[in-house]
Amino acid sequence: MVDRFIMDAATAKGLLHQMLRIRRFEDASAEQYSRGNIRGFLHLYSGEEAIAAGVMQALRHDDIILSSYREHGHALARGIAPSVIMAEMFGMADGCCRGRGGSMHLFDVATNFYGGTAIVASHLPMAVGMALAIRKRDEHRIVCCFFGDGAAAEGTFAESLNLAALWSVPVLFVCENNQYAMGTALQYSHAEKDIAQKGRAYGIESVHVDGMDLLAVIDAMRHAEAVVRTARKPMLLVCNTYRFRAHSMFDAELYRSKDEVVQWKRRDPIDVFTTWATGCGLLTEDAVAQIETTVANEITEAVTMASQGDLEPVEDLERHIYATE
Amino acid sequence: MQQSNGMQQEPTISYRKALRQALREVLYADDRAFLMGEDVGRYGGAFAVSKGLLDEFGPERIMDTPLSESGFVGAGIGAAMAGMRPIVEIMTINFSLLAMDQIVNNAATLRHMSGGQVGVPIVIRMGCGIGRQLAAQHSHSWEPLFAHIAGLTVLSVGTLEDARWMLPAAMRSDDPVVILEYTSLLNSEGILDGNVGSVDIRTACVRRHGSDVTLITYGTGVPKCLAAAERLAESGIDAEVLDLRVLRPLDEQSILASVLRTHRAVVVEDAWRTLGVGAEVSARIMEHAFRDLASPVLRVAGVEVPIPYPKHLEDAAVPQVEGIIEAVRKVMS
Ligand SMILES: Cc1ncc(C[n+]2csc(CCOP(=O)(O)OP(=O)(O)O)c2C)c(N)n1
Ligand SMILES: [Mg+2]
Repeated sequence: MVDRFIMDAATAKGLLHQMLRIRRFEDASAEQYSRGNIRGFLHLYSGEEAIAAGVMQALRHDDIILSSYREHGHALARGIAPSVIMAEMFGMADGCCRGRGGSMHLFDVATNFYGGTAIVASHLPMAVGMALAIRKRDEHRIVCCFFGDGAAAEGTFAESLNLAALWSVPVLFVCENNQYAMGTALQYSHAEKDIAQKGRAYGIESVHVDGMDLLAVIDAMRHAEAVVRTARKPMLLVCNTYRFRAHSMFDAELYRSKDEVVQWKRRDPIDVFTTWATGCGLLTEDAVAQIETTVANEITEAVTMASQGDLEPVEDLERHIYATE
Repeated sequence: MQQSNGMQQEPTISYRKALRQALREVLYADDRAFLMGEDVGRYGGAFAVSKGLLDEFGPERIMDTPLSESGFVGAGIGAAMAGMRPIVEIMTINFSLLAMDQIVNNAATLRHMSGGQVGVPIVIRMGCGIGRQLAAQHSHSWEPLFAHIAGLTVLSVGTLEDARWMLPAAMRSDDPVVILEYTSLLNSEGILDGNVGSVDIRTACVRRHGSDVTLITYGTGVPKCLAAAERLAESGIDAEVLDLRVLRPLDEQSILASVLRTHRAVVVEDAWRTLGVGAEVSARIMEHAFRDLASPVLRVAGVEVPIPYPKHLEDAAVPQVEGIIEAVRKVMS
């Protein structure tokens, strides 16, 4: 069971800060999209914050992270500055990829954050390969790979799980099961709706966790640490969650009911955690309000900095294609 | 037949709606036909092309698939081998790479490899085109890849009429047909000629007649070349615009016929220049019309860079009207 009372006030504050930063950042992203400052595809993470915050707090700075196109939350929780991510989405030269990648392709090698891949499930084999390199070099770090429920239907999911188990490499697969792949509900994508079963079929230890409950995610990560970091084995963590917003900015949401969204919002991971933390005296209402203010300032500053950025010169179009320029 | 199915010709129609009417027609016409792909049903199609079809035809005819491109394209091929007439939608051409093995090694190959015994009458449709700031992984122009594959017929839907009539023609083929639909054209509207009830899927088509130079293109190149031709007309240059329509097999005759009239050619495409469709077209012109050329054939093509996200760099990476005009002035001088 969750050892809820071991947390100290500073940690609780930090975690709430992480989750709120993600939520407000995504709100700002949506707003900047409607203003035309962000273009292309924009997939928001609102509702899934407990997973990024809960998984990331257990990772060390040399661990490697890979994610999908819905990766703002992971990037923020990893510690990439909001202004740098916002600048990337504005297409500015001071974005983490010099503006070349945009929302779906956040890379930051300094924090071992390897994207931001927009071909569904195409980063899973790379995660296995990075973990293989770690094993071959006898390093102690691990790889953490985030993907969705839809991704678990791709061939690379099956291939990657098999390879990871066969080669016994230290990779943690984190499946963020937000119930839908675009407009396709889990039951229309998967005959075996329990995604953890798929992992077990490949000989991988696989567990479920309530992805709306930060404490449950933190607890699951303790176990994951024992399996992946200590025992050097792959593991699959299936986090049940929900995206509060549309799939992307081009989604009329015809496939789910408003009521379903309302039901899930009752379990808003930020509210759940705040209620718990204030209830047991870890956080005061003042502290929460203060975090809100800090986050608001951070996000305002990120947007301001992004809008004051410079574009890369057109003459540089053909840079960064090969190592030798 | 259209009347009996309650479909009326509307005065103006969008490219999207024309695609949808085509789907409805072939689904009514042939009960072996069914549509499958990611989000074609409940979501209404990633680009709303198949919106409403699930209600109209039911889940056996409009099948949502999981994210499994290799799997469901392969399954479409199998269904075609076993007597069905599947229409498989790959959400966008970018994801066709995941299904390429099935398309190349099975769909395109089986008839020949089985000594003529096994046919694969499948239609594979996909959304194409770049220019929406979707960054490198979502901004591919793989038309040349498909045009390279022996055993396929590859159609590029550049006009309303082709949106309405290419699919029915493709469904009559006993071999695999790839249909490339351009998402930037989905909202374009126009009037469909009520007297046209079919199009051929063998020939290129002159979209604008001209006598000084031939602009040879396909897909999103068509509107760009037409715009360039209008601008060129203002300065007295009369450009012909030839829409290839069929990228495989290429309609060499139409290409040569036009170039023999104009003696100059510029090939325009979004795809990367090296080994693009333009490379093949200009090679054929060189092989067959070299002595009739007044100037070397030029290509206006994509810059060979993974397409970057920001607007100014994306625009610079993809042919624009200005660049086409510039190339025409070069071959005219
Ligand atoms: C190979 C591939 N096929 C299709 C798409 C289009 N697409 C983008 S996201 C998505 C749904 C993915 O769902 P899931 O894995 O559950 O992740 P979520 O978006 O829910 O986080 C689809 C179909 C794609 N990007 N890549
Ligand atoms: Mg999902």
